[in-house]
Amino acid sequence: MNIHEYQAKDIFRQHGIPIPPGGVATTPSEAEALARRYGTTVVVKAQVHVGGRGKAGGVKLAKTPEEARDIASRILGMQIKGLTVHKVLVTPAAEIATEAYVGIIVDRASKRPVFMVSPAGGIDIEEVAAKTPDKIMRLPVDPVYGLLPFQALQMGLFLYSDIKQARAAAKIMQQLYGAFWASGASLAEINPLVTTPQGDVVALDAKMGIDDNELERRPELALLRDETAEDPAEVRAREAGLTFIKLDGNVGCVVNGAGLAMATMDLVKYYGGEPANFLDIGGSSNPDKVVAALQIITSDPHVRSILFNIFGGITRTDDVANGIVTATKASPLRVPIVIRLTGTNEEVAVKILQEHGFSAMTEMDAAVQRAVELATAGARA
Amino acid sequence: MSIFIDNSTRLVVQGITGRDGSFHAKQMIEYGTKVVAGVTPGKGGQRFENTVPIFNTVAEAVRETKANTTVIYVPPPFAADAMMEAADAGLSLVVCITEGVPVLDMTRVYPYVKARGARLIGPNCPGLISPGSSKVGIIPGRICAPGPIGLVSRSGTLTYEVVYHLTRAGLGQTTCVGIGGDPINGTNFIDCLEGFERDPATKAVVMIGEIGGTDEQDAARFVKEKMKKPVVGFIAGQTAPPGRRMGHAGAIISGSAGTAAEKIAAFEDAGMGVAKRPADVVDLIRQRTR
Repeated sequence: MNIHEYQAKDIFRQHGIPIPPGGVATTPSEAEALARRYGTTVVVKAQVHVGGRGKAGGVKLAKTPEEARDIASRILGMQIKGLTVHKVLVTPAAEIATEAYVGIIVDRASKRPVFMVSPAGGIDIEEVAAKTPDKIMRLPVDPVYGLLPFQALQMGLFLYSDIKQARAAAKIMQQLYGAFWASGASLAEINPLVTTPQGDVVALDAKMGIDDNELERRPELALLRDETAEDPAEVRAREAGLTFIKLDGNVGCVVNGAGLAMATMDLVKYYGGEPANFLDIGGSSNPDKVVAALQIITSDPHVRSILFNIFGGITRTDDVANGIVTATKASPLRVPIVIRLTGTNEEVAVKILQEHGFSAMTEMDAAVQRAVELATAGARA
Repeated sequence: MSIFIDNSTRLVVQGITGRDGSFHAKQMIEYGTKVVAGVTPGKGGQRFENTVPIFNTVAEAVRETKANTTVIYVPPPFAADAMMEAADAGLSLVVCITEGVPVLDMTRVYPYVKARGARLIGPNCPGLISPGSSKVGIIPGRICAPGPIGLVSRSGTLTYEVVYHLTRAGLGQTTCVGIGGDPINGTNFIDCLEGFERDPATKAVVMIGEIGGTDEQDAARFVKEKMKKPVVGFIAGQTAPPGRRMGHAGAIISGSAGTAAEKIAAFEDAGMGVAKRPADVVDLIRQRTR
């Protein structure tokens, strides 16, 4: 789960990280009021779950409250990488002497939280990593001991030659690790960590991703989810226990298991079609999930055919068949459906489907080809 | 022959009285797996299906039944503890089926299990099966058949799809291992490839990967440098769109976006056969085992 910059900053502040004040505005006049309160030049920053906000025009300086209002009215409602901006963060502009990068991620290879820090922070950090890898320091943390003070100081000294600044940065790293661990994060990032002309070390941005698997035992973090910042169909899917990602094609796919779902999309493309979505109904075989899946897929006006690809293991194919029957009784389909199912209780499933006028296929390739043909014909009509 | 499990596997089922645990315990017993004990704290002294003794702790189960392997079906908040309990009790193979284990839990579980000399498979995996002798986990037994192919996969149902094609083509399996798709898992592709390379009954290997991470690239290097047996690969997610990534850290750390194209290139560079469709695995294996 991604959270907004202002939410991540709140968490970082609770752990003691020095961050300039800031307030959230959902209207231009709220932004103006905040700028007036700070009484100085402010930065207006789009709060949206993607990177590259600055490059997309979602981060702007405002010298006066009126200008803050103006800028907020342009940023609010703006689309950045397909997501609409509903909130802006207004924060006093800081004077910047240097910009560094500090991030923690769970590394698959070392199977540990790993710090990455660089004195060359800012918006081009990925390029820095690719072109001048010696400007990045990597430090794996033993999760049993946490980040040790000497490790934090090593990183501080990698960023700053001034010992006072190095110590200040080391303290921030320890606080950041504390925030990362306490929040069940998969990512915690400060970019940029700046020094001011007065020599202070301050975090100007904050990013955090929370491991979805932590939310059940950390209900206070689950409350941070901002559903207005997500695709409505993806929100509905999550509530129904499905994983759904909308794509641009016209073959609607309902599959059990993420790997098979991806392989199904690949095969749609292989046979000349375009998948309309990724949809994984998961391992359990509740007919209600199938009903929800069909509702989500049929609400996409671009879908020209629907493809079920179910390999029953834990998933019982008769449950899937019952779900299809229930869903189509409630609201008849306006596009053709192709059903491939094999595995657990296949005979029962085929019988249920046939009794209700559906046919079932057993081969994935044949079913995908058929769904692509129907979608192509439907798009022409 | 096989890897990791065979006729000598003596299995404990942790969470044997739960919904998933009891269902799959029955399936494993029917398949012929030696299920010697169950563990559910508070139900020690009872019997599962009037036969399998249930214990309160794994240590007790091991002491009383000489079990050497465990399979875990406990809910996510308790899975980390269950894996560590199993390793501490001296079991040599710990298979965790549970989906949804927090990744930070795994950063502590992995070194704990390793330090006690146990092999962990999973979490969030379908387990493994050595057709004809033993099944540990949830892979449907009837789609498999004994034979010369070793199979390792990050996926669940996609594994079934490939096994289904292999079995129908008369290509049975020594062992099929689902290593799971979580960021931190106990056993990786290379561990399984090493096992298959050493196993005299395995004549060729199928490796099924997915987008994300660099495990497949590392495995391809292992194939190129260390393996004599033919390996055929498939990567799911060739058409997946790039995710809405938030931070920079992922790309910085691996120097890789983990795309299907990168992985397929690594497979090809290792001289592996690369299947465009799951069904193509059969022909590629035949060409390489002639």
